[in-house]
Amino acid sequence: MSHLMEVRNIETYYGPTMAIRGVSFDVSQGQIVTILGANGAGKTTILKTISGIMDPQKGSVSFEGRDIQRMDPDRVVRLGISLVPEGRELFPFLSVRENLQLGAYTRHDHKAVASDLERVFEYFPSLKMRASGPAGMLSGGEQQMVAIGRALMARPKVILLDEPSLGLSPKLVKEIFEIIVRINRDSGTTIVLVEQNANVALQVAHFGYILEMGRIVMADTGPALLEKDDVREFYLGIKDKGVRGVRRWKKRKTWR
Amino acid sequence: MHGGRSMAEFLQLLVNGLAVGCIYGLVALGFVLIYKAGEVVNFAQGEMMMLGAFVAFTFIVQFGLNYWIGLALAVVVMAAFGGLLDIVVVRRIIGQPQFSTVMLTIGLGVMMRSGASMVWGPETRGLPSPFDKTVLQIDGVVLSAVYLAILVTTALLCVFLLGFFRFTRVGLAMQAASQNQLAAYCMGIPVKRVLSSVWALSAGVATIAGVMLAPISLIDPNTGAIGLKAFAAAVIGGFGSIPGAVVGGILIGLIELFSGVYLPEGFKDTAAYIVLLAVLVVRPQGLFGAVGRKKV
Ligand SMILES: Nc1ncnc2c1ncn2[C@@H]1O[C@H](COP(=O)(O)OP(=O)(O)OP(=O)(O)O)[C@@H](O)[C@H]1O
Ligand SMILES: [Mg+2]
Repeated sequence: MSHLMEVRNIETYYGPTMAIRGVSFDVSQGQIVTILGANGAGKTTILKTISGIMDPQKGSVSFEGRDIQRMDPDRVVRLGISLVPEGRELFPFLSVRENLQLGAYTRHDHKAVASDLERVFEYFPSLKMRASGPAGMLSGGEQQMVAIGRALMARPKVILLDEPSLGLSPKLVKEIFEIIVRINRDSGTTIVLVEQNANVALQVAHFGYILEMGRIVMADTGPALLEKDDVREFYLGIKDKGVRGVRRWKKRKTWR
Repeated sequence: MHGGRSMAEFLQLLVNGLAVGCIYGLVALGFVLIYKAGEVVNFAQGEMMMLGAFVAFTFIVQFGLNYWIGLALAVVVMAAFGGLLDIVVVRRIIGQPQFSTVMLTIGLGVMMRSGASMVWGPETRGLPSPFDKTVLQIDGVVLSAVYLAILVTTALLCVFLLGFFRFTRVGLAMQAASQNQLAAYCMGIPVKRVLSSVWALSAGVATIAGVMLAPISLIDPNTGAIGLKAFAAAVIGGFGSIPGAVVGGILIGLIELFSGVYLPEGFKDTAAYIVLLAVLVVRPQGLFGAVGRKKV
């Protein structure tokens, strides 16, 4: 079976610094796939490479059987891949409604765009009240909602989410993740979710990858990763009491 | 008040100052549009105005076309020129240090100036306007329709631009690209093409300014030098604020004309910069600028 998106051996640089050191992974149609990693692991760089903001030096990204590495971002989004960038990146002086409408910039089916706008307001009711205010005046959580809504407005086949939980209260994180699951269930939208918050991400992900220093070091289904000792210890901060004595002298990750 | 200085003269000065200020304001608006969209300061903006006036001169005087048709053609030709300038030259140095873009646009201005004197000669030219002969008398105050037409045109142009930015797809895309270029790219907005359209738009606006200026102050290849005053206007307005640019222009126009009449010789030409200094000392961010950028 071929996957909706296949990333093969990409290497991406910032000047002379190699940020991604040959990463490969697959994304299947309709799934939520998560990539977990600590600060500086290269998560954002992977999403930038897929969405065309950065070009990989080597390797390929194929989407629906077509090579998209080195394509410009405005063409990638037209193929059906929308990015919700790290730090939201809204248009601060435009209204919330205008921000959302710009998400549908590539579309010309005005009626459907209008009904999708209603759908976004239904997912995020608190945005409706602030629809005519400038997006720059929203709280961090509301801005994250606008960023997700704006990506939805393109009716993408894949949404790339870069740390949606960043800086949000646990309650808001829960709410946002419920919406992410709903988006995935309601319209079968495939989701690539990059996170540091392994706990929430693995709760919702069908499949997960663990990224360290620009390399994928582990891959498994969401539930399986949740059960793995290394993941529990290093990403969830849970230490199993029973093996503590053994762990003390053997405190290293098994994949190294 | 001095003997002959009457209310009528004051009103005339007011209208004339407003009109000249509108022209500064429109050129300043061009600076701001290009700066906001692409972070390039186009020091050739005054020269674009000058070229626009000469192109209109060719259509209207040399080819003998109808004034409005000639004006429309000049705007189209100059818009194409502005867009091409971005595509062929400016776009290539995006990402280089600010100094390179500054030098580049200054160089472009010099080239436009010498190009104009090669094509149209160094002498001054007039451009007739359909409002030349019309004079309005209100309560004994004689107002030239040329000046009033400038006010009306500027007002209409501002309303048009406002509507364009708020309600059209391209206008919204321009705003998006100027607020967050990366995000605009990710929305599928062809940012490069949008930036070129901004150049086209500000060249078109500059052309209208030039055509309005021509009847009140003959044009020659050095007319573009008022770009410097327009630049001061843009800074006064907060460089980045579109209403600020127009208000800054009007402020300079008014102060210039009034100081020419009520103040000793010599103040007229420095007035713009005295105002600029005063504004920058009192409100470093400009009249309409955002507060709290950088402390050092
Ligand atoms: N603009 C840049 N210039 C140079 N190096 C960079 C730049 N951005 C990121 N890097 C480097 O690339 C590596 C990967 O960065 P990336 O932003 O992809 O990490 P991340 O996993 O998204 O981290 P975080 O969780 O903090 O967002 C890091 O080592 C970082 O130092
Ligand atoms: Mg990141």
